[in-house]
Amino acid sequence: MTGLQQAAGQLVGAPVSTAEVCIVACAEAWRGDGEIAASPMGLIPTAGARLARATFEPDLLLSDGEARFVSGTWALGQPPPGPVEGWIPFRSVFDLAWHGSRHVMMSPAQIDRYGNANISAIGDYARPVRQLLGVRGAPGNTVNHPTSYWVPRHLPRVFVPRVDMVSGVGYDSASAAGPEAAEFLDLRRVVTNLAVLDFGGPDRSMRLVSVHPGVTVDDVVAGTGFELAIDGDVPQTRLPAAAELTLIRDVIDPARLRDGEVRG
Amino acid sequence: MVARLRSGMTIGIGGWGSRRKPMSVVRAILRSDLRDLTVVSYGGPDVGLLCAAGKIRRLVFGFVSLDSIPLEPHFQAARQRGAIEVTEYDEGMLQWALYAAACRLPFLPTRAGLGSDVLAVNPQLRTVRSPYEDAAELVAVPALPLDAALVHLNRADAAGNAQFLGDDLYFDDLFCTAAEQAYVSCERIVPTSELEAGGLTRLRVHRWMVAGVVEAPNGAHFTSCAPDYGRDEAFQRRYAAAAKDPERWALFAATYLGGDEASYQAAVTALGAEASA
Repeated sequence: MTGLQQAAGQLVGAPVSTAEVCIVACAEAWRGDGEIAASPMGLIPTAGARLARATFEPDLLLSDGEARFVSGTWALGQPPPGPVEGWIPFRSVFDLAWHGSRHVMMSPAQIDRYGNANISAIGDYARPVRQLLGVRGAPGNTVNHPTSYWVPRHLPRVFVPRVDMVSGVGYDSASAAGPEAAEFLDLRRVVTNLAVLDFGGPDRSMRLVSVHPGVTVDDVVAGTGFELAIDGDVPQTRLPAAAELTLIRDVIDPARLRDGEVRG
Repeated sequence: MVARLRSGMTIGIGGWGSRRKPMSVVRAILRSDLRDLTVVSYGGPDVGLLCAAGKIRRLVFGFVSLDSIPLEPHFQAARQRGAIEVTEYDEGMLQWALYAAACRLPFLPTRAGLGSDVLAVNPQLRTVRSPYEDAAELVAVPALPLDAALVHLNRADAAGNAQFLGDDLYFDDLFCTAAEQAYVSCERIVPTSELEAGGLTRLRVHRWMVAGVVEAPNGAHFTSCAPDYGRDEAFQRRYAAAAKDPERWALFAATYLGGDEASYQAAVTALGAEASA
């Protein structure tokens, strides 16, 4: 962000960065979730989940990235000092996911208009141009509990007309597969370095919700390889409140790791 | 241990990603003439090394990752060459496949996989309809019986009772119970009388599940084996960098994989001494 914006409420020193807007936009994904596990994948979503719990969503459960639920708020890249409140080995993560008491934020290599997401392989499946991680838990996560996505670079090669390998299930795929696939499918939002999107468009297609400060609707359209639903005037993504900025800067990311993931 | 394995077998490997993998046993497989293996794994460098050595005919997996380095270069290269066949499952489906085998059931039902391309790329998968009022249609994950399982734990006794001392058992007990024969390597073999002191609830692999035990100190290297040791991140970076370049890989393989386990451990120790000098 070219940044003259200041945090809502009061002046807080350095201009608000795009990374800070993105962290708040990710935090907003968990608003209203209550006492469930927030499972952020990646640095900006992790900062967002910790911010959400430290502010408006205090009942969220957060893991240390290994096998412990921990309380408190702590810095990215540092071990949590807070007391352990639960044991969550991988087997229990699957139990939690299938129970539905979880909201994951994953980072797809490709995502399409109806929210199908690919983290497995790019190109022909038998001999991919680029092999990625594999589907991991994405198929089970998406059909069992709320899912959001984080895309650090909003580009047409990510926002594609059709993903190469459906790992996370989208609304059209779930409808085609039947009621058991659609029953708990709940794609909440997609946060990118440019904008916030959801699935409030026609037939639950992707819709532009807000653009970050300094970004135009045309920028988002140019970065998207399919037709986005756009309802009238698109608002600006909300800025961090002063207290949120203090938490991000002093507690959650004092080492400024966020600037390595999103510039400006 | 490896002498009891045969080419063409379906072999499950415990651990998770680059965590508590039975690497000394994997290295022994690299030195063997075993081939055409079907490998089942929550994959890490075990899968990468076996891919690089051309040991794998088919891989059954949910992911392959080095954790702190997201993508496994040898696995990527093998897939991008079309060198291995794959059965790609959701992580939870893989658990269900092992659990069905362990319970001697033909399948277990789940929602995971519905609507995803896991069903498209695995045309052998079927759905099943609930016989109850809901009549729900679910994925029927077929049992995945293993010919052999290989796991690495922190402690074991000579009879095969084995204990994890870190935060996560992963799915090691399921790999063992899904297998015809399970083999445990461990950091240290201790008298049975010492096991309970390590924590009763950590004694999760029992001798009835296990066909053989071997002591392999530092046997999970370079993956983590908490609390005995963490992942050797510097060595993993060296491995991953070498794996991306054929010439560097040849040098890496000659340096670390050309001899037996003792020479591997000696080379690792020498590297550590060099780094701290």
